[in-house]
Amino acid sequence: MISVHRIRPIIRKEFRQIMRDRRSLGVLLVVPAFMLIMFGYALNYDVQHIPLAVYDQDRSTMSREFIQQFIHSEYFDFAGSISSEQEIDTVIPSQKARVVVVIPPRFSEDLLANRSVSIQVLVDGANATTAATAAGYLVAMTQDYSTNISLQALQRFGMSKPTLPIDYRPRIWFNPELKSAKFMVPGLIGFILMMSTVVSTSLSIVREREKGTIEQISVSPIHPMELLVGKTMPYVLISLIATVLILITGYALFNVVVRGSMLLLFLETLIFTFCGLGLGMWVSTVANKQDEAFQLATLVSFLPTFMLSGFAFPIANMPKVIQWITFINPARYFLFILRSIILKGVGLSALWQETLFMTLFALGITAISWNKMRKSVFRV
Amino acid sequence: MRTLLHMLRKEFLQLRRDPRIVQLILIGPIAQLLLFGYAINMDVNTVPVVVCDMDHSIESHDLIARFSNSGYFPIVGYVDKLSDVDPYIDRSKASLALIIPENFGRDIKRNASVPLPVIVDGSESNSASVGLNYAGAIIAGYSQNILVQNFSRRGFGGLHPIQVIPEVRVWYNPELKSRNFLVPGILGTLLLQATVLLTALAIVKEKESGTMEQLIVTPIKPYQIIIGKLAPFFIIGAIDIVLAIAGTTIVLGIPVRGSIWLLGGLSLLFIMTTLGLGLFVSTVSQTQQQAMMTTIFFLIMPMNFLSGFIFPIENMPKIIQYVTYLLPLRYFFEIIRDVFLRGVGFDVLWPQALALFIFGVCILTLASLRFRKKLA
Repeated sequence: MISVHRIRPIIRKEFRQIMRDRRSLGVLLVVPAFMLIMFGYALNYDVQHIPLAVYDQDRSTMSREFIQQFIHSEYFDFAGSISSEQEIDTVIPSQKARVVVVIPPRFSEDLLANRSVSIQVLVDGANATTAATAAGYLVAMTQDYSTNISLQALQRFGMSKPTLPIDYRPRIWFNPELKSAKFMVPGLIGFILMMSTVVSTSLSIVREREKGTIEQISVSPIHPMELLVGKTMPYVLISLIATVLILITGYALFNVVVRGSMLLLFLETLIFTFCGLGLGMWVSTVANKQDEAFQLATLVSFLPTFMLSGFAFPIANMPKVIQWITFINPARYFLFILRSIILKGVGLSALWQETLFMTLFALGITAISWNKMRKSVFRV
Repeated sequence: MRTLLHMLRKEFLQLRRDPRIVQLILIGPIAQLLLFGYAINMDVNTVPVVVCDMDHSIESHDLIARFSNSGYFPIVGYVDKLSDVDPYIDRSKASLALIIPENFGRDIKRNASVPLPVIVDGSESNSASVGLNYAGAIIAGYSQNILVQNFSRRGFGGLHPIQVIPEVRVWYNPELKSRNFLVPGILGTLLLQATVLLTALAIVKEKESGTMEQLIVTPIKPYQIIIGKLAPFFIIGAIDIVLAIAGTTIVLGIPVRGSIWLLGGLSLLFIMTTLGLGLFVSTVSQTQQQAMMTTIFFLIMPMNFLSGFIFPIENMPKIIQYVTYLLPLRYFFEIIRDVFLRGVGFDVLWPQALALFIFGVCILTLASLRFRKKLA
């Protein structure tokens, strides 16, 4: 009953329509590239060059050495010396400094007498993420300094060449340079796929209905299923091409290598694309006009994929109720799968649960939408 | 003046007759505010740890206790074999693995420089770097203690580990809640979305259905059409401001240090720029779809990403940092955060307000000129 002969012309027609609408085509191709470059180069949480001011009440060689280690690192920039308590109250609000280190008057005296010293560190916590990272660096560097001082003290006590008993060897897996771009690129694929499939599918169906051309088609011998397949195939194809483009650019620009199986990645992407198509179909059954379709499509694709998938905000941090909601969000599974395959090289054996849930979502949403569509769109 | 009033009446009537639009204007923003408000959270509270203890000595237990007592590293699993660590990291159950080799306790007492591997899942770079630093500090502190103990056991009494103890005090946001920083920003993105898109659509819709031509042949002057078109959305924007500020503070419980009135006033200034942008989009778009695509992909998305809503501007390359000076949302985010978190007043915020004002005047003038030319 369903014939490829009748589907092919629909696909051709849809492609022609896409090609004629230059701006929309541009959006489908340019936006992924733009976002990729943005996320690779501009958008990151890689905290560096935090302005640091010093209130050195000791003014000794040791206190200067202590400060030097911060300033010589790439994480902190020297933002000036302070000479009074009151000045602290101006440098932080004016954002001249994000961190102020206060060294007490007897800093070197105490250390040389083998006594521990407290120093005060004031951190501008307005941006909590930056502040937490800055505090982490400060704590680690201060500990390094303490260790050195202890070693020096032992030497003064007569121990020759004291060494630390533990050799801390951090190994960073998957992303040794700790670049957030590596985390973002896989997320971006999911984001772009979802946006483009839902928005373009729903718009292409609603447009046809708005103009009344769908009625012409429904009186023609074309089966609704054929129409649907014909209308969605081009977008599946474009989405897959976009995925490949993102992977290539991700590799060329940010050295993001797919560690796992390409075939698995392809299959998972295909399943996810069907989730997007199903959602797009659903939107087209609810919305009557193009602007409604567009708003609804961005609402159901953009928001969950951006907010509730772990794209930028960890799901584990969300309140329980919202965590439950994320379980019906296919992007949640897809992003996890993508990151696992691309960054960690994990295989299907570790990902079957996510794959199963995503497949169920794809089948469920397509079935629901198809049913609604038959009634509302084609009135069969 | 009377023509203007008629024009305004027509616009409001049109808006009122469109039930879905009102839904999108009021319910959409509230739903988004709540969703964003509860979901946005990037706190690096804890780094889950899996421990592979192959030593089971007092020393290894001691070190593990230091991790679990830090409050930073909840221990999610203990394994005996190195190969059992992988599933934890692969499935993202743990982000850090502490591997204590055999004879660890015996060897460190001999000052043997025992290697202590710590595996960190770097894919989430932010929490990885924080975890790495704290783990390093805990291990170094422990290491130093052992060293001094070893030393004093050999007869050198009276030496204690010397520590420089950083007492970290955090200003403005002492619990380091990322929500306090991120959630107020929603006001900016909501206003941008609601006003630019709706304004552009309202005008393009009229173009598409051909009624704009009817308006042109009436004696209504172009500026009156513009005012008539923009006024309803100005009011909608104002309602959204009240809703968003009330929602952020009352429902979501984000504290405000500064003046809400100042924030409200400057938000109105911001709407002026977004209405201008909406009008501008309508002059470059023929169809509703074009208007939507242009607004979402060329205005809203880049602006949201580049204005420092989530990703700090100071982390961006210098060139892009200069580009951000052209985005009104950037100034508005600074205003929102300064009012909410730092509690500063107009004496500090006037440059941002001035920037918004200049941008608003420019874009409104430019868009109006284009609009009139199109009409003529």
